[in-house]
This record gives sequence, structure tokens and C-alpha cells, in this order.
Amino acid sequence: MSELQQRQIQLEVLRYNPETDTAPRYQTYSVPCLEEWVVLDALNYIKDHLDPTLSYRWSCHMAVCGSCGMMVNGEPKLACKAFIHEYKEGQIKVEPMANFPIERDLVTSVEDFITKLASVKPYLIPKEDKPVSAGEFKQTPAELKKFKQYTLCINCMLCYAACPQYALVPEFLGPAAISMAHRYNQDSRDGGRDQRQEVIASDEGVWECSFVGACSEVCPKHVDPAGALQQIKVASTIDWYKEHLMPWMKK
Amino acid sequence: MNSKPYVREVSKTTWFLSHPRYKRYMAREVTCIFIFAYTFLLIAALGALANGQEAFDAFVLGLGGPLGVLFNVVVLIATVYHSLSWFVVTPQAMPIQMGEEFVAGHIIVNAHYGAWAVVSLIILFWGM
Ligand code: SF4
Ligand code: FES
Repeated sequence: MSELQQRQIQLEVLRYNPETDTAPRYQTYSVPCLEEWVVLDALNYIKDHLDPTLSYRWSCHMAVCGSCGMMVNGEPKLACKAFIHEYKEGQIKVEPMANFPIERDLVTSVEDFITKLASVKPYLIPKEDKPVSAGEFKQTPAELKKFKQYTLCINCMLCYAACPQYALVPEFLGPAAISMAHRYNQDSRDGGRDQRQEVIASDEGVWECSFVGACSEVCPKHVDPAGALQQIKVASTIDWYKEHLMPWMKK
Repeated sequence: MNSKPYVREVSKTTWFLSHPRYKRYMAREVTCIFIFAYTFLLIAALGALANGQEAFDAFVLGLGGPLGVLFNVVVLIATVYHSLSWFVVTPQAMPIQMGEEFVAGHIIVNAHYGAWAVVSLIILFWGM
């Protein structure tokens, strides 16, 4: 792997112009790709040299901002993390994230996810208010470990693009929003679980999930949203038994 | 702006054909039907038992025939597949934290295999 290898790749890109098109259509670009490139580099090449009208989102180019999610050969991927050398065929199909309406070309509307994320109160709700003078909220490494993994979510929405449940039932709160609720529920400094339960332990919440597990397979940050949802199911079931069979044991 | 986002329809009946991981999921879900069917066999066995020794013996004899064996083999394969597909995901649903660290996933999965083997052996020897 000494000198930079170059390969001509046919990029088949789904395009849609809301002003003129009634349906999306594919357009193929022939791009001289370096093997070290990621799909995002190829899109940038198109934008710079072949077709400035191509629209797509990106920002960090390092799998941190979460804005470059798209379907690469039918798989939800971050375009900045999908390496050209992993695609042996000379053709790569690039489409906007599945399960989201197409705004323009590879840009999708994300309002639905933003609303759902806000609905789970993804912030610390302290158990009791404490004046600043009372000092910091302390946490042990073990307590931190309980939720650390869920803080790695970059809101890229690839898990929604992979989730067939979300595709069939758009009301489903979905993997990332519920995992974020779990992140705060698991935080020893937080006291907001009861408030979040109303939203996440509902029919449109975890009970819409049938544990396909696709979300965890595609998550670029190994958040394992599917795991979070099952853990919430277990905890909610225990709540139910406590409430109905052992009312005296009220949490 | 004259924006009209385009919504791609998803087939309600054939969506799972679009990706191998969806087919795998469907295989896990569908194999539970065989377990469901087996529960009917057990109920039929209870019915035969209630009808006395003779009826029960005839029932057991029937099970030993080609159809009975075929049914049992098919159900066994489906059940093993179904159970294993759940075993492998147990670490996700029931993580165990000991001290600071979480117990490695393969230990939880192997514990399930172990428990399964023990229970199977007990039933086997208890039945003999
Ligand atoms: S859980 Fe993973 S796939 Fe889903 S939004 Fe967060 S980082 Fe992306
Ligand atoms: S460009 Fe930021 S995650 Fe890909």
C-alpha cells in the first residue's frame, strides 16, 4: 500500500429536485477515486468538478457531526466513513437515508426525529435542586460506565434508516431517541425517569420495537440502541409487576 | 420555497425481502410458529392421557410413525434455531455490571448454553 491507487468508479446517485421533479431518478457520475477516499470524497469530487447542483449534507468528515448519513449500496452509512476500498465493484449506489422524506438529492427532512428526540427530555433532570455552593454532583467510574456508551450517539439517524418498524409505523419514537432517554435514566445524577417513562414506555415507544436489531448493526458509534430498548422493556415490565402484584412495593 | 419532500413508500408485505438482516429476523419470528404447533401436540397428548392407558399408548405409537418423527425433527430444528437466535442477543437485553466493568457478552451467552445443557441432561436422565 505505498503509492495512491486510483480507480474509476461509477457513482449512481439518486437525485430529486422538488421544484421540477415528480419522482427521484438516478444519475451516474464517473469519478476517479483514490482507494483511500471515502464516499463523501467522491461526492465532493462530483460537486467540485462534475456537477455543482448535487446536494448533500456534511460537515466534519470524521464521523463526529452525524450529518452525512446516506444509503451506500442499500446500507445505512456515514459517507465519511464508507471507504472506497471496501467496494470492490466499479459501481456504488448512493441514495438518501431510507425511511425519511427526500428534501433534495441526498438531503432528507429530519424534523420528525428532532421532535421525537426533544419529547424524551434528553437532559439531566436532577433528583433535587442543589445550590451551586453545595458543590458538584459526584459520580463513580462505575456509575459513569452505566450510560457512557449511550452518550456516544451523534444523532446521525442511521438507526432509523435501518429500522423496519420505523418504516412501517412512522409514529414509532425510534432507536436513537429512546436510547437517549435511557442514557439519562441510567445516570445516577438524574431523577427524571418517571417523566420519560410516559413517553418511552408507551405503544409508540419501546413496545413498538420487535428487536430486529438492525439499528445496532448499522450504528457507526456502537451505541447499541437495540440493547437500550430491550433494557427499558425489562425495567418497564418489572415496574408493571410491582405496581399490579405488589402495590405495597411502590417504587 | 416550493418544497415538496418526496416520500418513498415501503411495501407492507414484502419489506423483509430487501435485506438479509430482515430475512434473518423473519426466520427467528417464523420459527416460533413451530413451537406454537408443538404446544398443540402436548395438549393432544394430555387429552389422550385423560382417555386412559390405551388411548395414550396408541398416541405414543402414532408419534413413533414417520409423520410423528418428521414433525418432531422439524420442530426440533426450528426450536433450536429460534432459541439460539435469542441466546445471542441476551447480552444486549440483560447486561451485567460487576464492579466497574460489564461482564463480556460471550460469557452471558455461554452461560445460557450451559444452563440449556444442564436442563437437557436432567430431563434426559430423569426421563430414563
Ligand atoms: S444510535 Fe447510532 S445510528 Fe442511531 S443516531 Fe445515534 S449514532 Fe446514529
Ligand atoms: S461528515 Fe460529519 S459524520 Fe460524516
